[in-house]
Amino acid sequence: MKPRGSIRRRLFFQLSGVAAILSLAFFLIVRVVAERAAEGTQDDILAASATAITDSLRSEDGQVTLELPYSALSMLQTVHQDRVFYRVVAAGETLTGYDDLPVPDPAPTRGQPVFETIYYRGDSFRVVAILRPLGPASAATDVVVLVAQTRLGLEAISRQITGVATGVGVGFFLLATALSLWAAGSALTPFDRITGSVLRRGPKDLRPVTADTPAELVPLVEALNNFMARLRASLLRTEDFITEAAHRVRTPLATVRAQAEVTHRKLNKPEHKQAIREMIRAIDECSRSAGQMLDHAMVTFRTDSLARDDVDLVALMAEAVERLGPTAELKDIFIRQDLPSEPVPFRGDGILLQAALQNVLDNAIKYSPEDSEITVAVEVGEALRLSVTDQGRGFGDADLSRLIGRFERGGNVGQVVGSGLGLTIANDVANAHDGRLSIANNKEGQGVCVSLLLPR
Amino acid sequence: MRFLLIEDNTKLAGSVVERLQLDGHAVDHAETLDAAETCLAVADYDLILLDIMLPDGDGRDFLQQQRRAATSTPVIVITARSAVSDRVSLLDLGADDYITKPFDFSELEARCRAVLRRLGGAAANLLEHSDTILDPTAGELRFDGRTVSLRNRELRLLEVLFKSPGQVFSKGHLMDRLFSFADEASENAIEVYVGRLRKRLDGSSARIETVRGLGYRLVAR
Repeated sequence: MKPRGSIRRRLFFQLSGVAAILSLAFFLIVRVVAERAAEGTQDDILAASATAITDSLRSEDGQVTLELPYSALSMLQTVHQDRVFYRVVAAGETLTGYDDLPVPDPAPTRGQPVFETIYYRGDSFRVVAILRPLGPASAATDVVVLVAQTRLGLEAISRQITGVATGVGVGFFLLATALSLWAAGSALTPFDRITGSVLRRGPKDLRPVTADTPAELVPLVEALNNFMARLRASLLRTEDFITEAAHRVRTPLATVRAQAEVTHRKLNKPEHKQAIREMIRAIDECSRSAGQMLDHAMVTFRTDSLARDDVDLVALMAEAVERLGPTAELKDIFIRQDLPSEPVPFRGDGILLQAALQNVLDNAIKYSPEDSEITVAVEVGEALRLSVTDQGRGFGDADLSRLIGRFERGGNVGQVVGSGLGLTIANDVANAHDGRLSIANNKEGQGVCVSLLLPR
Repeated sequence: MRFLLIEDNTKLAGSVVERLQLDGHAVDHAETLDAAETCLAVADYDLILLDIMLPDGDGRDFLQQQRRAATSTPVIVITARSAVSDRVSLLDLGADDYITKPFDFSELEARCRAVLRRLGGAAANLLEHSDTILDPTAGELRFDGRTVSLRNRELRLLEVLFKSPGQVFSKGHLMDRLFSFADEASENAIEVYVGRLRKRLDGSSARIETVRGLGYRLVAR
């Protein structure tokens, strides 16, 4: 399966994209609002200064005089060394101040001051113009007071606000990004929980998933449960089928074999007896192959999801010997158990290991001459070694590494019944446990030593 | 030995019964678990041979029931399933051993003996001739205050002779009893085993006599 796109990544990018837009909007709004406020403050002070100047205007006999109040200009002093210019214009004539300071257009009217940003003497200025009629109402003179101030302080404040707004915007973006990363993760935890509850299952656990499921995932989990139910039904059918098939085949075979034995006992002519003997051998070969194929299928099935239980290798070996003891006894084969007194613990699939040991031991018994000895041993060295050594005919000159291939048999099997799957089973089990099967012709005279080597 | 065979397939059961009787065993056959209960209520058995799939229930339930009732009669399951996992579960349920269909009767007998030996039962199956006792379960020969242990084939050969003292058995007949169908053995092998047994019987009043041209028989010295 090739992953296409990632929900987590998509969620994360979408969330952080929204965060970026919001951060930018925040930044712009803060800057505009703050600059307006700062400009408003400067305008207020300029207006106050201009008003203070107009308040000092006197009109005597139509002659306008001004005692410029020092405070009117000192209130405009700032730490930023802003320059201040003023001009008082009475009836079109400059009374005092800088007469190149332009009167704004449109000119101010009574009670309606005008604010304007201008370019003057190489700098940007904010100007306020106030109009005040002076003298008796019948012959009032319109006096315009202009006060201008550079915008250095305002620009400094603006820079400061921009800095803060940028900091806050970036901070907000980073925080929101981190949160969206977390949110994307936490939104997906139900996936992880459900995945975990499926992954933690044993190899044969096909019960429905019951982990807490958010509403959005219910259809998916239902589909999964539905699928597992179908799989379970199918597996059960297969198992039942194999059981039933084995039963159907093995029971009549058992009848045939028992009757053949009875007949064999009753017959007298050697050629008749020989015929029955051949028949029984064929039955045994058939049942043995079926058994090993079932074992092989089981090994394949179980190695896919290997159980890791605590097993004692010594007990497993002893069990295999106990199981096959009667078979060996029939041929007067003595099984010497060279086993340590202490348990040898191992983490693995006990059933698979048992199948491997039984197959190896069964092979050894089958190929051993009567009145011989088989030695089973469990040794703890660099690896854990479970070995079965017989005094049989050995594998001849056959390529030892080929013997573990499916349906391969030794070069001198002669009449012995066998399917050639025994060592394949043992080898598959060893590999499933990260171990290997070693086959060696016995150094001391004849026979073979087959060892299951498992990592410590 | 006295067996109770619980098996619903009458053809199989018939041949198993006949085959076991050929070796001198007594066998009762029950086709259902119900019939088995009845047999167990009225007779004592050395061993129960149990099939798993039965018309009126699962043999495994019967097994558990027997174990709960603490019945001491050992049970050997005859199963059509051969996978190791199936066998393991059978032993866990309390079967003393199992054998997979189709089976070799010599192997079945060996397993029965191993089970009985392990449980230390069936002392009643002793065979006697003059001053010598043959205990097939333990695989021992007792005479003159001595105990001689026998290997499996020696035991089986002697068992045949002890069951019918005085009767002459041909080499061919004895070979059939001694060797499995997979073995290729010559009639000389019988002479080897008879030679060994004569050594084992040294000092007892039982003696294996060669009847020239016919075979062997067990006689008193």
